[in-house]
Amino acid sequence: MSHKSDLIAEDINAYLKAHETKSLLRFITCGSVDDGKSTLIGRLLYESKMVFEDQLAALESDSQKVGTQGEGLDFALLVDGLAAEREQGITIDVAYRFFSTEGRKYIVADTPGHEQYTRNMATGASTADLAILMIDARKGVLTQTRRHSYIVNLLGVQNLVLAINKMDLVDYSEERYDEIVAEYKTFATEIGISDDRITPIPMSALVGDNITEKTDALSWYEGGTLMEHLETVRLSENKNTKPFRMPVQWVNRPNLDFRGFSGQVASGTLNVGDEIRALPSGKTSKVESIVFPVKIDGEDKLDQAVADQSVTITLEDEIDISRGDIICGKDHPAEAADQFRSTLLWMDEDEMLPGRTYLMKIGAKTVQATVAAPKHVVDINSLEKLAAPTLTLNAIGSCNLALDQNIAFDAYEDNRTTGGFILIDRMTNRTVALGFIEYALRRASNIHWQAMEVDEVARAEQKGQRPAVLWFTGLSGSGKSTIANALEKRLFAMGRHTMTLDGDNVRHGLNRDLGFTEADRVENIRRVSEVSQLMVEAGLITLVSFISPFRSERDMARERIGDGKFLEIFVDTPLSVAEDRDVKGLYKKARAGEIKNFTGIDSPYEAPENPEITINTVDQTPDEAAEIIVKYLTQRGFLSDWVI
Amino acid sequence: MTRLTHLQRLEAEAIHIMREVAAEAEKPVMLYSVGKDSAVMLHLAQKAFYPSKPPFPLMHVDTTWKFGEMIAFRDEMAKKLDMELIVHINQEGVEQGIGPFSHGSALHTDVMKTQGLKQALDKYGFDAAFGGARRDEEKSRAKERIFSFRSEQHRWDPKNQRPEPWSIYNTRIQPGESIRVFPLSNWTELDIWQYIHLENIPIVPLYFAAPRPVVEREGTLIMVDDDRMPLDGETPVEKMVRFRTLGCYPLTGAVESSAATLPDIIQEMLLTTQSERQGRVIDHDSTASMEKKKQEGYF
Ligand SMILES: Nc1nc2c(ncn2[C@@H]2O[C@H](COP(=O)(O)OP(=O)(O)O)[C@@H](O)[C@H]2O)c(=O)[nH]1
Repeated sequence: MSHKSDLIAEDINAYLKAHETKSLLRFITCGSVDDGKSTLIGRLLYESKMVFEDQLAALESDSQKVGTQGEGLDFALLVDGLAAEREQGITIDVAYRFFSTEGRKYIVADTPGHEQYTRNMATGASTADLAILMIDARKGVLTQTRRHSYIVNLLGVQNLVLAINKMDLVDYSEERYDEIVAEYKTFATEIGISDDRITPIPMSALVGDNITEKTDALSWYEGGTLMEHLETVRLSENKNTKPFRMPVQWVNRPNLDFRGFSGQVASGTLNVGDEIRALPSGKTSKVESIVFPVKIDGEDKLDQAVADQSVTITLEDEIDISRGDIICGKDHPAEAADQFRSTLLWMDEDEMLPGRTYLMKIGAKTVQATVAAPKHVVDINSLEKLAAPTLTLNAIGSCNLALDQNIAFDAYEDNRTTGGFILIDRMTNRTVALGFIEYALRRASNIHWQAMEVDEVARAEQKGQRPAVLWFTGLSGSGKSTIANALEKRLFAMGRHTMTLDGDNVRHGLNRDLGFTEADRVENIRRVSEVSQLMVEAGLITLVSFISPFRSERDMARERIGDGKFLEIFVDTPLSVAEDRDVKGLYKKARAGEIKNFTGIDSPYEAPENPEITINTVDQTPDEAAEIIVKYLTQRGFLSDWVI
Repeated sequence: MTRLTHLQRLEAEAIHIMREVAAEAEKPVMLYSVGKDSAVMLHLAQKAFYPSKPPFPLMHVDTTWKFGEMIAFRDEMAKKLDMELIVHINQEGVEQGIGPFSHGSALHTDVMKTQGLKQALDKYGFDAAFGGARRDEEKSRAKERIFSFRSEQHRWDPKNQRPEPWSIYNTRIQPGESIRVFPLSNWTELDIWQYIHLENIPIVPLYFAAPRPVVEREGTLIMVDDDRMPLDGETPVEKMVRFRTLGCYPLTGAVESSAATLPDIIQEMLLTTQSERQGRVIDHDSTASMEKKKQEGYF
């Protein structure tokens, strides 16, 4: 394994000295089959002389047998994996490769690019400082490129290399290169990747242009080679400058005189004498010592602990800290909460069950977490947000989580270690999801320095539901009130917080000054919309049962309350049926001219064009109708929040 | 110090892994094979729990054909560190007289090492066992997880391994199942040697060149470590040799060398053109061999 350095032969001690200070760079390669990913990695290994002669001999013979390069070396064969995959000629899963150069040691996470391997790519990206996005110059920016970018960005990978490969097949065209770069940057901006995070490099992995050496073929390209970039890229995410965080893994108690807290520093630095705050308890103390046996039988203390270091901390005061707690700098502590909005990437064959309790492991803490139905899922090809009742394998969605206790955390964008978690199925023990904390829905009450806003979200979360207005419209006698009544009973039995506004009742009180002229009808609905809106703000599921014959008024109500919270339920009963039923004897009176402006008789009813739900009362009983509505609400996630 | 070097990062990662196991496993054990990787692992365990002692015993599955110097070194280390050492020998194998010369390398390894390990884990009920394997050792290892799950029958199912995002490990298992944990997964052979050098970690003297009696068989230099070695008219010759990996002496090839210090060894490794596994007789069958062994429960 001949590293390129002459120092090895001449002065091994000098070489070793120089290599002791190497840094570590972890990167991930993303590309689809045949973009040249394996060829690229194989070449990096080969060029950095990480390939031994016996491996090279095997490579030569394999290249003849199964290679795609005729007589030439097929570098891709250096990096293939398990026997079964090898036969199929594709790589799956995440494979880790290693090489080192003069300046750095590299750990490469090699993952396949197909959509069905989204979870593998996410896993590989979770520890990466940099991602290489492979693009075939002939094909340009494809859907998969967008998908890969979305995933690595979601996982918080800061540096992106746009490896525009196979330049030899497009005549090393600068124009083509510029075109691809421009297209990519436009897209990247859309998903929140700024230009300064992107380094495009034109290359041919097969021929070897711009991998470790610049070649004449790409003389128009002024930047450095891929290897130069890897060697010099600044690891921008400087964890040391962030607030101090150390999840406690293990309480170190060899005897009664020593009580230390062992963990790996997630971010920041800590000095002896610094003030700390332990979370979620909020208790404070001072650092007495930082224990680390620098040499066995020798120096065993440090003045300072830095990010990524595994140390043991002792404190001046005896405060209660256990595994899973986080030791923070006193003045910039993490937050503590037990309910979160988070993004989940589903990793299991079995789909997510909203309302089910999973185990959540975050840092060294394992708690129980109940997941609500997704607020939305992201179509990772179009990047559109869609409604979905659950998360299936590889789906990415936004969900609320309710925990059985407070935990300390940061938002994932601020800290990968204290904001990233996994969900574990309690029965199968499988790791079923990757999660990213976005923000807390409800802050822990014992954490006094967090001011709590009591707003619609807070009230709703307190009730554990998503407030909405269920607006029943239909002719008099169509069955609105009966169905609303049946539905409210069900919701109540399910522990929901509800309120019903019924036309007749409201007209006896709030609206008793209103008649049935068109103007009064409009005012009637306006007031009811306003009241419904207040009910929603109070966090209630509000059932409104009003004839509300005019489309424009109902649209006004929809606008006031907001799409998504306003569900129009059309109780579709033909006039003849309603008139036949005539429970209150009103139709008879209207026909007799005793009631003026009666809907359906001498005043029009404008049926909804796109109601969320239509109920046919001719074929359905009120209970069946209520059942349909409950199902609808459950599927859209109005009810499944927090149900255990 | 503001930025950790790559070795410090690897060290911190390995310590993190060990602490997770100590905190979550019910009955962990460290498989101690006496080689250089085990030496590093043991050293890291001292650091991880300091000033406590590592909260688990060491276990050596002795095939009865290890180099004599390895056994002496093993016992000395355990005594020096004051750690419990469990030595397990597959008695059935011994009774059947299984050995590499009489039964061939494959059968010997299977019975004395693979089966021996399973027996030992079952006997003591260990639910997590640290091993010193590295991903850079062999292509199929590149995909091995750090936490590798085994069924009650100790089988490894490549399709059913858990994702390991960030540094979060799901260590939950059903009764009877167990985990192999590889804290050195991300280390390369060079990292191991550099770390041994930097940290001054004691290793078996067999790694250093010395005059040793060897015979040449099918191009491999085998050291005559004791008188169980059948000599077929051969006369052992003294050669300056050393070993890059250590195992059963009849299955471990020596290399001619004059490297007597760690820098010499590292220099030789950096300039050599042969991979480390070249010296292991057991590997020569096929590329997929490791994978098969792993599925069968071999480490
Ligand atoms: N002409 C040309 N072919 C390439 C280049 N890079 C890779 N290839 C070829 O593209 C095919 C797929 O490459 P491979 O590395 O296996 O792709 P992977 O599926 O992304 O790992 C192979 O036939 C490679 O030889 C390149 O830069 N130029």
